[in-house]
Amino acid sequence: MSDNAITLLDAVNLAMARALDEDPNVVLLGEDIGANGGVFRATDGLQARFGERRVIDTPLAETMIAGLSVGMATQGIRPVAEIQFMGFIFPAFEHLVAHAARMRHRTRGRLSCPMVLRAPFGGGIHAPEHHSESTETLLAHIPGLRVVIPSSPARAYGLLLAAIRCDDPVVFLEPKRIYRASKTLVEDNGEALPLDTCFTLREGNDITLISWGAMVQETLMAADRLADEGVSCEVIDVATLNPIDHATLIASVHKTGRCVIIHEAPHHGGMGAEISATLSEQMLTSLQAPVRRVTGDDTVMPYYRNEQLYLPDVDDILIAVRETMEYSG
Amino acid sequence: MHTISYQGEIRLTRYLNDRGTPLGEMPDWALGEQPWVGYYQQMVLARQFDTKAISLQRTGQMGTYASLLGGEAIDVVCASLMQTEDVLVPYYRNHAMQMIRGMPISQLFLYWGGDERGSATPEMKRDLPNAVPIATQCLHACGVATALKLRGEHQAVLTMIGDGGTSKGDFMEAINVAGAWQLPVVFIINNNQWAISVPRSKQCIAPTLAQKALGAGIRGEQVDGNDAIALHEVVGQALERARAGKGPTVIEALSYRLSDHTTADDATRYRPADELKAAWVREPVARLRNWLHHQGLWDEAREQAWQAETKQLIEAAVADWQAIPEQTVDELYDDLYAECPPGLAEQREQARARQQRRVQKGGKHHE
Repeated sequence: MSDNAITLLDAVNLAMARALDEDPNVVLLGEDIGANGGVFRATDGLQARFGERRVIDTPLAETMIAGLSVGMATQGIRPVAEIQFMGFIFPAFEHLVAHAARMRHRTRGRLSCPMVLRAPFGGGIHAPEHHSESTETLLAHIPGLRVVIPSSPARAYGLLLAAIRCDDPVVFLEPKRIYRASKTLVEDNGEALPLDTCFTLREGNDITLISWGAMVQETLMAADRLADEGVSCEVIDVATLNPIDHATLIASVHKTGRCVIIHEAPHHGGMGAEISATLSEQMLTSLQAPVRRVTGDDTVMPYYRNEQLYLPDVDDILIAVRETMEYSG
Repeated sequence: MHTISYQGEIRLTRYLNDRGTPLGEMPDWALGEQPWVGYYQQMVLARQFDTKAISLQRTGQMGTYASLLGGEAIDVVCASLMQTEDVLVPYYRNHAMQMIRGMPISQLFLYWGGDERGSATPEMKRDLPNAVPIATQCLHACGVATALKLRGEHQAVLTMIGDGGTSKGDFMEAINVAGAWQLPVVFIINNNQWAISVPRSKQCIAPTLAQKALGAGIRGEQVDGNDAIALHEVVGQALERARAGKGPTVIEALSYRLSDHTTADDATRYRPADELKAAWVREPVARLRNWLHHQGLWDEAREQAWQAETKQLIEAAVADWQAIPEQTVDELYDDLYAECPPGLAEQREQARARQQRRVQKGGKHHE
């Protein structure tokens, strides 16, 4: 499998296979992840290769999947649990918030909770109701809980390996719209990526574009178009929403003086608001224009016929960037 | 029409009547020394702890506290029957279990006294800290049991829940997966008849809570939770079955919450006084003491000596607790992550400065 051009979905599979191979304490669990290989095939072939004790089909109960993972993790197992869609993650919240995120803290390190909860998230695949939301902010608000979102095959591989090896609980959200969007070379070298660093995907001097997940694709496309117009964009994939690497974001906006944040999740109280607030707290006088946000609306995620109207697109980003560039106070 | 039949019998085990007199001929294993004196001593210690904790709360020295009054036999017998390598997954009323599992009493005061370090109990090895949200511990117990099973350890996991907790999905999901995977878990329902102000009769129409196990395809039974001897038999057998790979058990222990829900609650608002009065007649500590007297294993002199000794133990624990230096604001940041993230480390500096400011203003930093 090594050195092949693979999709983000393949990379998720590859990282889990690597982790299962290198650490006998790694165990996968979830609904339909065994013989079926997961509804998106993220665990395809893993049960056949590693057996039913390492790749476990659970009863259909998300609270149970999360609670079980907490219990396993306190005993040194590293559970990598799948929630089939992020829209069904809510029954797991109590265990993530009240237990996983606090286990190390309340036992002063006697026990810890090295679990990963994976869930595909976001819109754009014409899925039914409840299958397309982006609710990462709800999780990123919780102290002690890491929230990680890859946006390319290489980062999916490296960040998922890091998440599984991490001694903290991690929610790993997979942007399913780009699960199979592109193939890139990913070396199966077992190298993890850092969980506390933003990734600067493109350097530029005029404006900083900050995004994560599937919207990184549109952001990069917008940056290409803007380059043709003579606007030099720095593009940053936040990747780890909690804890977030504000330092890289601040340094970039210090350099460019302008910033647009792009995310699929609703506008109100989104992570864009957090980043924007931090920028104005820390470096208001360096800003040459207000920080803009290009986001989903503050509405219910629509059924699929309307989802393209809801999701930000390249044009939305272009408009926001042009207005920000033209801003003169 | 096709009918599928299943066995729907719930056994209730009792050996002693309310006054501690045998209901019938006692089994051979119950006679003689056995662990009964030890159980009784632990139950008295638990009650002394409870009395002290309530008094500390009432005098403003400790925060809100959940009393275990009436649950002493269940806690003491369950914890005493566990092997060191078994795993306890407790809830917030299991102080006596935690003591027996090795948690220093001073540490219990530290926890209920609102200190971040209260659940730092290296003595409890791999036992979980107590769960405050309702019923979540049942799923953690299943996760712990899964871990033991994956590693081929033949140990049992014991968890406890109240009667109200069995109305929650977590409990149903836990017994379901425990059955499906034949996990070595013993689920104890401390049915103390009240979930804050809601009586058992309003939780569920089923005549027993133990029968919920039948839906999960696992063994369910009732035991008199005020009868240490019956508990010893029923819980002991369930733990042995679990260790032997014979699957999980739900045990509904019938007891009575002789206290308010917590010190913040006033049960006189909703609970008939005569019901409480009747429950005191059945309470577990006096019942076991009467049995011990009856067996010639205990007498008034030993009673007085043990009451005095436990009182001293509790007072010494209070002194130990009060001698623990104040926590610093660093406790909020320590152990939140395996390594403190850079952004959080900056926040910790600000918090230290805040603590310094408040200390300089005078008084304790947290006031």
